[in-house]
Amino acid sequence: MLVSTNWLSNYVDWNELSIEELAEKITRAGIEVDGIIDRSFGMDNIVIGHVNSCVKHPEADKLHICQVDVGGEISQIICGAPNIAEGQNVIVARPGAVLPGGMKIKKAKLRGEESNGMICSLQELGIEGKLVPKAYAEGIYVLPNDVRAGDSALTHLGLYDRILEFDLTPNRSDALSMLGVAYEVGAILSKDIKLPEISYTASAEKAQDVLKLSVEAAEDNPMYVAKVVKNVKVAESPQWLQNTLMSAGIRPHNNVVDITNYVLMEYGQPLHAFDYDRLQTKEIVVRHAREGEKMVTLDQVERTLHDYQLVITNGNEPVALAGVMGGANSEVYEGTTTVVIESAYFAPGSVRQTSKEVGLRSDASTRFEKGVDPNRVAEAAERAAQLMAELAGGEVLEGSVMFDELDKTPEKIILSPDYVNNRLGMKIAMDEMKTIMDRLQIPTELINGQLVMDIPTRRQDLKIKEDMIEEIARLYGYDEIPKTLPIVESTPGGLTPYQSKRRIVRRFLEAAGLSQALTYSLASPKDAQAFALETAPVTKLLMPMSEERSILRQSIIPHLLDAATYNVARRNDSIALYETGSVFLGIEEDGLPKEVEHVAAVLTGKWVHHAWQGETKKVDFFVMKGIVEGLFEQLGLLERLQFTKATVEQMHPGRTATIWLDDQSVGIIGQVHPTVQNQRDLQETYVMEMNLQSIMQTATEELLYEAVPRYPSISRDIALMVDRDTSAANLEKIIEQAGGNLLKKVQLFDLYEGKNVEEGTKSVAFSLTYFDPERTLTDEDVVKAHSKVLDALTVQANAQLRS
Amino acid sequence: MKEQLHELKEQVMLKIQESHTVKELNDVRVAYLGKKGPITDLLKGMGKLPAEERPKMGALVNEIRESVTAILEERKEILEQQAIQKQLENESIDVTLPGRPVELGNHHPLTRVVEEIEDFFISMGYEIAEGPEVEKDYYNFEALNLPKGHPARDMQDSFYITEDILLRTHTSPVQARTMEVKDGAAIKIICPGKVYRRDSDDATHSHQFTQIEGLVVGENIRMSDLKGTLDLLAKKLFGAEREIRLRPSFFPFTEPSVEMDISCFKCGGSGCNVCKKTGWIEILGAGMVHPNVLEMAGYNPEEVTGFAFGMGPERIAMLKYGVEDIRHFYTNDIRFISQFHRSEA
Repeated sequence: MLVSTNWLSNYVDWNELSIEELAEKITRAGIEVDGIIDRSFGMDNIVIGHVNSCVKHPEADKLHICQVDVGGEISQIICGAPNIAEGQNVIVARPGAVLPGGMKIKKAKLRGEESNGMICSLQELGIEGKLVPKAYAEGIYVLPNDVRAGDSALTHLGLYDRILEFDLTPNRSDALSMLGVAYEVGAILSKDIKLPEISYTASAEKAQDVLKLSVEAAEDNPMYVAKVVKNVKVAESPQWLQNTLMSAGIRPHNNVVDITNYVLMEYGQPLHAFDYDRLQTKEIVVRHAREGEKMVTLDQVERTLHDYQLVITNGNEPVALAGVMGGANSEVYEGTTTVVIESAYFAPGSVRQTSKEVGLRSDASTRFEKGVDPNRVAEAAERAAQLMAELAGGEVLEGSVMFDELDKTPEKIILSPDYVNNRLGMKIAMDEMKTIMDRLQIPTELINGQLVMDIPTRRQDLKIKEDMIEEIARLYGYDEIPKTLPIVESTPGGLTPYQSKRRIVRRFLEAAGLSQALTYSLASPKDAQAFALETAPVTKLLMPMSEERSILRQSIIPHLLDAATYNVARRNDSIALYETGSVFLGIEEDGLPKEVEHVAAVLTGKWVHHAWQGETKKVDFFVMKGIVEGLFEQLGLLERLQFTKATVEQMHPGRTATIWLDDQSVGIIGQVHPTVQNQRDLQETYVMEMNLQSIMQTATEELLYEAVPRYPSISRDIALMVDRDTSAANLEKIIEQAGGNLLKKVQLFDLYEGKNVEEGTKSVAFSLTYFDPERTLTDEDVVKAHSKVLDALTVQANAQLRS
Repeated sequence: MKEQLHELKEQVMLKIQESHTVKELNDVRVAYLGKKGPITDLLKGMGKLPAEERPKMGALVNEIRESVTAILEERKEILEQQAIQKQLENESIDVTLPGRPVELGNHHPLTRVVEEIEDFFISMGYEIAEGPEVEKDYYNFEALNLPKGHPARDMQDSFYITEDILLRTHTSPVQARTMEVKDGAAIKIICPGKVYRRDSDDATHSHQFTQIEGLVVGENIRMSDLKGTLDLLAKKLFGAEREIRLRPSFFPFTEPSVEMDISCFKCGGSGCNVCKKTGWIEILGAGMVHPNVLEMAGYNPEEVTGFAFGMGPERIAMLKYGVEDIRHFYTNDIRFISQFHRSEA
């Protein structure tokens, strides 16, 4: 909403304040003033000129040489506008003037002819092109005959005005009118406001004798008022009216249309003007459209209507889409002499639906959608009639044609001062509350220690007690509310065990060198299910904005790979990222997808890079595996963790494993398939993704101290030749089973294949630690246990002992 | 014999002086004082001396042996010192060479902001509540006083999955769910999480972003409690000298509703480019829980009141760290993320 402060002055006197102070007070009271626009843009030296003569420039087809009276002085000005003509009154920017775009006007020579200034269009004075009357949209602006050369053009155009830009919240539709703004400013400043006085002399002829009205859809149209004005002369509006509309962001058309728009802005009540004669039937019927019925709207578009859309008809065919747009067939034009002014209450829901479908949000439809003031419907029609009499020479017929089933009684709200103060944490006296209601012009009585308020229909946002608490508080001043802290039953607060573990996981991964990434949940069809841990139906958006973001992800890895590619393309070639977040699997009974929290990581490039020491190590499978093991250790689950070789689409077939927690598969780990790496412009890249939820919900044993050993342990190393395919885990298992109670630890410390080792075999070495907590082990004990291990390895793994 | 002894001593002294390493010195010691050395020989030869001379000579031998031993020790110490000195010289390094870096990862800046807020409220006895990102229309809108067809639904264009299921547009449905579950009991919660709106991504919009909200419900919860809580939060996030102001606003789920500004942390309120010359920066929205919301969740609004507030960690991070483009939070550029290594107390 654009509020011209000049226009506002008609209704409320705010001039004791600077405009900045006014804006600040309005903002603090609840309507945010987004900006203040000075429509003069600091312009100066812009005067009215009279074109005494206008001849073609001898050297340029499109230019004219004009002799312009700029007030007691004749200036030669070259003008290139197509509509320049002798005898016009025009806007002249004199040498020295600066225009809003920053253009400085200087004396100049154009194709050899001197030019002392510039004849201006409205656009050149900073008025938006869409607000300039159509007749002057492509050229200079021409002023009426009754102006005086040399006078300030800015004064004449009302440009010494400042506009408050309101950023209205949806509830404050009352401020979508100048009167509504006046009530608000009046309340803030504790000032009375001046409402328009409506008086005109009606003709003897009665409106109801020339126009019939029937409303067949009272639910969507509970009130309809029509007034008839005869002998109207359609013409350009007076300058003040055009200026006022432009200041409110509305383009002037002709006096009849301009008056309806003026009253719309003044009262917040949208009006429509029909050409009475073009209606043809002397009748207005409001009804729902017939399914498939057609009409051509003002914008010359033929529209097919639906049976729930409300239309105004002449009894035969639609002449307007109620509250949204008029019809081309009944539009006011230059030849119109009799006008029907429509003022109505159209149901908000009906208008919202139609305007949305038609794709037209106008000043009118937005007001109907919020619900107009029932008590202003008739008054606005009278106000328009008065202005048509004053400004268009019209003759207003007596009375109106009216249908009225609209409830106009004010809501009653009863409020006790304690209720207010208990909720605000304040001690405002009842009298003070009453004063605030007086400022708001809300009729209030004090009965039995309570405020009994009749809420005016213009404030449709005030419905319940809490609304009135807000009114009291905002005008009393939010700065006056003290600062206290809530007193509630004391609770321990804190993170749940699950939330604590999530933080532990994040801290661990960060300590391990991975940074936390945050990627989008919405993925492309290609990525949505890639690398997913399980197969489940996808969750798709009904209306995605793009295919790239159309399906909820089932795996985090694809977007982490995107992040890796993004970084590598910017020469950050060593990447270590992780993310925790939800994936979306299938549909649960309640209709929502199953949301499961996962953790995923990506590693590529160098893991160790100590440049000057020459120590560089690229990431590999075991770096990622070490991270997973460390994480499980941190969570007390290391002993229950296992890896088995696996095949996963888009992963390297020889370097991928399933991650197991006990007998539950909880994730995948491995190298991205070289083909996929290539497609994504990545070098060797490792990923892992795990079902974090399962892992964190797994109960762990209580942490209990184990005695620190009092007796020494004994270590024995063994080196074995085994088949290349024999897994380390398998050998460890054999050793552990055979080693008995004394074997405390098995650690693989060497692995070799290649030269000096028979093809198809490998050499593996383990270090075994034996220990008895009760006594010092003898050599004999160890030899006994160790030989069992060696036997088992020979028998079960076909291992050959190396000497 | 006496002469022999003195000669021997001089010889030893010379050898000691000529020794330049501990090893050479040790050789000297073994050669002269060892079991097969001349001094031992001399002692062995004592038996041949007349009895009356024996004590005298014995004393002399011991004296010489002791003095040689002392000199040996002295020399040894010097040589050891020299050796250490040499070793230290050889081991000297350029201490200005770069160290082996400890490769630490770090939180995402949004996690940093969220955890700071969570921890602040945990210290005041709040719990952290979470809920699904894909929500029912009921919890996302209806339970929050936004019935179907409500004009304020236009404020947040949503990603629908079906007519009744959508990606949540705010974290408020977690509040609605919590109230429903608590079934009339008092509540003090903070709800952080991802939310989604149908916006085209640009410098100030993101179709996915985060929110963090708070809700307190109980008997006698007042607007002054909201103001006091927000004041502490503002000081925690933006510095102890911050002032706050509340401005009336509108949200369907609160009444009265407010927006909170903080005094500009850059200029302190005198006006600068961060606060757009106003001295104030808008930080969050808040209000007293709307009676309809309480009622729908099974509370009696005549007896129980509450306050709620919500803010965008992106906006807070952008203000706090001077980030100019919201997309930085989601492109995961290492050069961006790694700037948030530093811990702040």
